[in-house]
Amino acid sequence: MNSIPPKYPLKFFRWFCNPEFTEDIEGDLLERFEKRKEKGKPAKWLLTTDVLRLFRPGIIRNFEGTKKLNYYGMLKHNLKIGYRTLLRKKTHSLINIGGLALGLSIAILISLWVHDELIFNTYHENYEDVAQVLQKQTINGSIGVQSSIPYPLGDELRNKYGSDFKHVVMSSWFGDYVLSHGETVVSQRGGFMEHGTPQMLSLKMLKGARDVLNDPSSILLSQSLAKAIFGNDDPIGKLLLIYNEAEVIVRGVYEDLPRNSRFYNIQFIATWELYVSSQEWIQIARDQKDWDNNSFQLFAQIEENSIMEAVSEKIKMVKFDNVGEDERVHKPEIFLNPMKDWHLRSNWENGEREGGPITYVWLFGTIGVFVLLLACINFMNLSTAHSMGRAKEVGIRKSIGSLRRQLIAQFLTESILVASIAFVVAIVIVTAVLPEFNLLADKEMVLPFESVYFWMTGIAFILFTGLLAGSYPAIYLSSFRPVAVLKGTFKTGLSASVLRKGLVIFQFTVSVILIVSTLVVREQISFTSNRPTGYDLESTIMVEMQTQQHYDAYNIIKDELSKSQVVLETAISSSPLNQVWNVRDGFTWEGMDPDFTPFFPVMWISHNYGKTVSWNIIQGRDFSRSFPTDSTALIINETAISYMNLKEPIGKTIRWGSRDFKIIGVIADILRESPFSPVRPTIYSIDPHSMSNFILLKLNPEIPIAQAASTIEEVFIKHVPGSPFEFDFASEKHARKFRGIKRIGNLSTIFAILAILISCLGLLGLASFMAEQRTKEIGIRKVLGASIQSLWRLLSKEFVLLVSVSCVIALPIAFFALKGWLQNYEYRTDLHWWIFLYAGLGALLITLLTVSFRSIKAAVANPVDALRSE
Amino acid sequence: MKKYQLGEFEEVVMLTVGILYENAYGVSIKKEIETRLNRKVSVGALQSALKRLEDKEYLRSHDSDATPERAGRPKRFYKITALGKKAMQYTKETRNAMWDSIPDVALDVKFVTN
Repeated sequence: MNSIPPKYPLKFFRWFCNPEFTEDIEGDLLERFEKRKEKGKPAKWLLTTDVLRLFRPGIIRNFEGTKKLNYYGMLKHNLKIGYRTLLRKKTHSLINIGGLALGLSIAILISLWVHDELIFNTYHENYEDVAQVLQKQTINGSIGVQSSIPYPLGDELRNKYGSDFKHVVMSSWFGDYVLSHGETVVSQRGGFMEHGTPQMLSLKMLKGARDVLNDPSSILLSQSLAKAIFGNDDPIGKLLLIYNEAEVIVRGVYEDLPRNSRFYNIQFIATWELYVSSQEWIQIARDQKDWDNNSFQLFAQIEENSIMEAVSEKIKMVKFDNVGEDERVHKPEIFLNPMKDWHLRSNWENGEREGGPITYVWLFGTIGVFVLLLACINFMNLSTAHSMGRAKEVGIRKSIGSLRRQLIAQFLTESILVASIAFVVAIVIVTAVLPEFNLLADKEMVLPFESVYFWMTGIAFILFTGLLAGSYPAIYLSSFRPVAVLKGTFKTGLSASVLRKGLVIFQFTVSVILIVSTLVVREQISFTSNRPTGYDLESTIMVEMQTQQHYDAYNIIKDELSKSQVVLETAISSSPLNQVWNVRDGFTWEGMDPDFTPFFPVMWISHNYGKTVSWNIIQGRDFSRSFPTDSTALIINETAISYMNLKEPIGKTIRWGSRDFKIIGVIADILRESPFSPVRPTIYSIDPHSMSNFILLKLNPEIPIAQAASTIEEVFIKHVPGSPFEFDFASEKHARKFRGIKRIGNLSTIFAILAILISCLGLLGLASFMAEQRTKEIGIRKVLGASIQSLWRLLSKEFVLLVSVSCVIALPIAFFALKGWLQNYEYRTDLHWWIFLYAGLGALLITLLTVSFRSIKAAVANPVDALRSE
Repeated sequence: MKKYQLGEFEEVVMLTVGILYENAYGVSIKKEIETRLNRKVSVGALQSALKRLEDKEYLRSHDSDATPERAGRPKRFYKITALGKKAMQYTKETRNAMWDSIPDVALDVKFVTN
């Protein structure tokens, strides 16, 4: 068994060993092998180690000089020539490397961003199997998708379809809750979920176990929350108070969820049972098996061998089969929304999936490719422009006997060398700007230096860029005919300059499109920011009523605040100022189309709500305590008049459920929801019983905000001692709605600026090359009396012409693309003609500035210098 | 004066080649050093030392005919050249001269202090 010398070590040895010694050293090795075998030693192993120890200078052959392997030498030569060429033309190289490095940095940043978007939620190990249960309902002919589901759905799935699901987990909405431990009081985001949750979400437990939510009094904390409350003490087994009343015990601490998880910022998970026992209406929903009350979230993990689509199809009719005729008209349809679609494909249009952030992944991916392409084009342009300089070299190489293939290899080596240097510079740039970029993109990305994939991608980037940028110059330069070149009759061809012009046009087309896009996005932002809100945005603040104490102390707080002069008006309402929390149906009125099912966002408010938010009454009157009948009065907004098709709204009676309400006033529309959508018809009604969730305060504008805030805080702390005092400015909440579009605006601005910068770098390189070429011509023209102005015009004309052509191509493309983009927003700006004018003029101006930088220098040069050297 | 350069291991190899005279080739040299000096010698170290000495022209080598017990591989025998002999002698003499120059007291154990 041990008799034959091992094959591969010997093969390896023969490969690396200097052929002069191979035979006899191998002989030695074999002799020793035989001897060792006789002595019963592990001969094979020892031979292998001997071979490895022979792998050292002196024994290893020369890989360079031998005839057979001469491309090692050639490669070294090519690199050396490339390096020297770079050093010889410093400006040219700087522009080349700088442009490519900028392009690569953008490409790397975009790749990081795209990657981060694509791995959204993959932190959860059961990524493939987890889904949220959603429902579709048909209302007035259009299909809406909602995540709120009725209470009995969870039990139904568990009981009837249990074999398809590993976990079915009911969940509350995630919101801020007050947690306290002794003196420490915090308000943190969290949720109440059933006991399979930690397993389903594969929470990484740092302390305690996943399987503890069976006990209703358990709570799991995130690492950072545990630290905030308990510092360095062991939190396990400690008591906490939720809403100042329910006592829970910390049973585990999980690692903070990453930013690219749907459950990011969920700082604690308490039990569903606790949630149910805390609210009477939930117990009612549970006990009555109320299929009409859609107030909960439901998550599920399917069994490993189940198929998502199949399970989704199976449970389609679950709700339909359980509801009465009045609900069946809405055709409720239950389905699973798999985790992989939660983030990227989150938009719904009439019941069908309709894109989402995936659009931006594509958009930015395309921009990244184009920016990199622009940088590659610079390289191509400059290389072909400078081809005259290399022509002699190519001629000599060819006459000595170089093959065309070898010349192509040489030029590709050079471009890959440039790309590698650019890549290193790009990595430095990316490392420097990544923190800023993270801030801008609202992410936490890092360069994964320890990942093999990162380096493989890096090498792929280098090769791609090097080959793309180098391919045309390599083919073009290597095609020169040695005779023509060396005789001196050679002229750089027309075809090269045509292509060069084409590439410049392409570059500026892309740049102009990006400029127009940036302007339009900014215009859309300012247009929607200036949209009238219908209430006083600046001086209104909101305090959420998180505990029972808030309700109990409301009247005292109100009195004290009005006495302090800090607050002018105080009111309560069911929804925050910038959101709609309640939508109701069941309205009828005289003259209503019987097939019409009206839905209204409803706000339950106190009497002085109108004064607090300063709404504008356009017809009728505000609520008033002097009319006791106002408990059955309604105020509607302007949109509602046309929605309800009323001519004279004031005094009309509306039946809602079993009660009659009377319209007493109409207000100008208040913008509560997305600033990009029309305002929905809304109804305001006096809060009959404690439906309210928010206290609204109108601040006295004469008192500085910091002082006002501290006075208000004192009052709240005095009367609601168990809760931390937190408030929101209505204006801040409103501004937050623009975050998404602002992010796009900022990103596209940066990309546009960089695209322009890269294009201008290329233009500068070309212009200086042209000026150099025409030094003599300019000298002679000057001697003959040409003015600086006319020379400047002569040198700049061509470029201005090229950029004008780009504008002609770019503007229509931009127009149609942006028209499509604006369709996403119902409330949108027009595509003003001046945007296109500015973009075109801007591009021309930038071109002129860039080119003039070089052409003026050439025009003012002393003609003697140009003509003296011959 | 860097006339003859001979490292410690190289010197050992030269001496061994001399001892083995007609029979100095890879395996035998290695074995000889290992038995005489009681130290491990790796094939790599030995072979690269031999090549180095050959480059310096202190050794020359010739291949024997193919030997059947080594799967037909030839043995490469080494011999000391005249230059090699001079180098060895030079090394030896300089060492001896240095030994002689040490005053007796320096090596007297009684006077060695720390």
